[in-house]
Amino acid sequence: MTLQRRILILLTAVLVLAGVGVVAVVRASSRADEKNQEQAGGPRITPGHVSLTPGDGGRRIVFRNMAWGPHRDELTTVPAGQPAGERTASGVSCLRFHAAAGTGICLRSVKGGVQDSYRAVVLDAHLKEVSSHPLAGIPTRARVSPGGHLVAWTVFVGGDSYAGTNFSTRTSLLDTRTGKYDASLEDFTVRKDGRTYQAADVNFWGVTFAADERSFYATLATGGKTYLVHGDLVERTLTTVRENVECPSLSPDGTRIVFKKRVPGAPADAPWRLYALDLASGTETPLAEARSVDDQAVWTDDHTVVYSLPGDFGADLYAVPADGSGAPVRLMPSALAPAFLG
Amino acid sequence: MYVADSRGTPAPAVTTEPAVAPGISPGRRAALAPTVIALGTVSLITDVSSEMVTAVLPLYLVAGLGLSPLGFGLLDGIYNGVSALVRLAGGHLGDRFRRHKLLAGLGYGLSALCKPLLLLAHTLPAIGAVLALDRTGKGLRTAPRDALISLASTPENRGRAFGAHRAMDTAGALIGPVLAFVILRGAADGYDAVFTVSSCVAALGVLVLVLFVPRHTGAGPTAAPGSVPDVDAAVARPSLRASVHLLRRPALRRISVCALLLGLCTVSDAFVFLLLQRTTGIADRWFALLPLGTAAAFFLLALPLGRLADRIGRRRVFLGGHLALLLAYGLLLTGSAAPALPYAVLLLHGAFYAATDGVLMAAAAGTVPEEHRGAGLALVQTGQALARFLCSIAFGAAWTAWGARPALITAAVLLAASTAVCARLRPDEADDENTDHESADDGSPAAATAAH
Repeated sequence: MTLQRRILILLTAVLVLAGVGVVAVVRASSRADEKNQEQAGGPRITPGHVSLTPGDGGRRIVFRNMAWGPHRDELTTVPAGQPAGERTASGVSCLRFHAAAGTGICLRSVKGGVQDSYRAVVLDAHLKEVSSHPLAGIPTRARVSPGGHLVAWTVFVGGDSYAGTNFSTRTSLLDTRTGKYDASLEDFTVRKDGRTYQAADVNFWGVTFAADERSFYATLATGGKTYLVHGDLVERTLTTVRENVECPSLSPDGTRIVFKKRVPGAPADAPWRLYALDLASGTETPLAEARSVDDQAVWTDDHTVVYSLPGDFGADLYAVPADGSGAPVRLMPSALAPAFLG
Repeated sequence: MYVADSRGTPAPAVTTEPAVAPGISPGRRAALAPTVIALGTVSLITDVSSEMVTAVLPLYLVAGLGLSPLGFGLLDGIYNGVSALVRLAGGHLGDRFRRHKLLAGLGYGLSALCKPLLLLAHTLPAIGAVLALDRTGKGLRTAPRDALISLASTPENRGRAFGAHRAMDTAGALIGPVLAFVILRGAADGYDAVFTVSSCVAALGVLVLVLFVPRHTGAGPTAAPGSVPDVDAAVARPSLRASVHLLRRPALRRISVCALLLGLCTVSDAFVFLLLQRTTGIADRWFALLPLGTAAAFFLLALPLGRLADRIGRRRVFLGGHLALLLAYGLLLTGSAAPALPYAVLLLHGAFYAATDGVLMAAAAGTVPEEHRGAGLALVQTGQALARFLCSIAFGAAWTAWGARPALITAAVLLAASTAVCARLRPDEADDENTDHESADDGSPAAATAAH
């Protein structure tokens, strides 16, 4: 083959492939516009005032609205008694969110020059920014303590080409009373099986706070296993409690933890089931949800938990009794990261 | 560019192609072989394609698919093991059928095929399977590609040829993530657009390989000028046994031992970045940029250090690279919070790669006859990769048992000792100039058969 012919083939291929690439990018960007159009049959959403003040406007659910339209990704509220009712959108966007006692934690993306960056923003009861912290990676979990004084969040940290496809998590804690900020739980002392434990592969995620505004539970992963750890913010210690526990969520009365665990025989892409752990007796009870749940559940009261599952527009919220009875029901479509107020 | 049709016949028109035939020594200033430039271009394009995917993968899993990407690390280790074995096969088959280009093409093609498959895979195991296939392609192509580079350059220019190739390869790794994030900016949630563009780029890489990389069949003792390559292939087919017996060659054995020994003290990149962040307290948001620092230094230094290796000896530069790594460990151990420390560590880390990655291949190429080039290079690469894998496991265990600092001190002491041992072992390029045409000299039956 002559050089001219080969160059001709190459140029043709470059043109064709460039065309395919451009079409793909243009299609993807027009699809992004489409998401700004309200979908037919979706929930009714109107802009309005959203408050995190307890007792303000009765019992409410505040969550990230996933429904397409101009208010996509905004913090939105509905009365807890009418989850399918009209939504009020705040104009404040968050990827992950949680709130309690008038304090909110919002993990959001910030458009950057080339790459988006992420920030953790502490919000007051009127969704005004109190403080802001840069994040090392992609937001995944956020929690506020029942009293609204402590805040925790987790991000996925992925290295680049040279680090391969390894991911790790980083969990940070903030005390809004003192402003004391712990960038990583990995700085705490870990006690595993009665001994101080240190390892390079330690990862933490999914903090859930106790009512004393001091102790908490979280997930520790090391050596290919996950553990429930009990944390003490004053002593700065983390003590392993139990194996095969992820994303714990402490009940309001502090007696039980709902968590996800890997069950043998489940498919590798859907390995988790929700369980309830009675802290006093150590008994585990499977919840009535038969699907794999990859979320940190939220307690609506001492009897029910809510969690997300993939839906047509990102995620839908489901509720199931925490004692293993009953059956899951869909609480609301196109919603993520709920917090129950009041 | 190089006219592939004139392969084997040193036509006067292709003066820039350094002759591969023994005894012909081109001027020191001779340009890089077109084959090397073509292979470098293929690597650059392919790396743009694959790093586009690598850069957005965590974001895609978490934000796009709503999955937790944890647990990927474990799968990753398994894939790396598979890749090491596939690499040996690629090197051997390339030699056996005298089809390094075909094997490399299959490897690049397999990886290119994986990019559109990502559009279809929506679960963690499916994505894992696609990535495993991608790694198989990478394993398959590496040794034949390096064999092609070594065969297209003269022994005295080999360091520079590998340096140029590694620099182009790393340039692709630096461009890829930028391109991916530019697309994501243009199209929010446009992961499918990133994968489609990545597919197109990968296809282009394969096309450049097919069109512009000559099908080198080896111009060693068996290849008479103008002979039909297929006939050659039928005559000299290195058996698997012959490939294994390559280790009977003292020079290759010395190099392999050095690569293994030093590989066992090379703490994996992830640990280096983690230690760097812990000792210097670099803000979390810069963590993902640390590998780019190493890559940038690698990119800038690969060609100059490759040239230096040609001039002052590959062994010296190779060992010098490990001294740079030792120095980087030392800086990490000082625990100094000096603002320049992260830059110095990343520069040394990149220099370590620039002084060792291509230089090792250039040195190893001089110890294997042409007809065994692919298998020989694969042996060294696989040995090194397995040694580093073992080191990574051992370092993780040492960190758990003793803590980060004692683990690093141990690694540094072992690295210093191994460097000293390798300096004495002299994996020299003394026999480098003549091994290209001394195939039957070491008395090994394998080499004798192969060279008849």
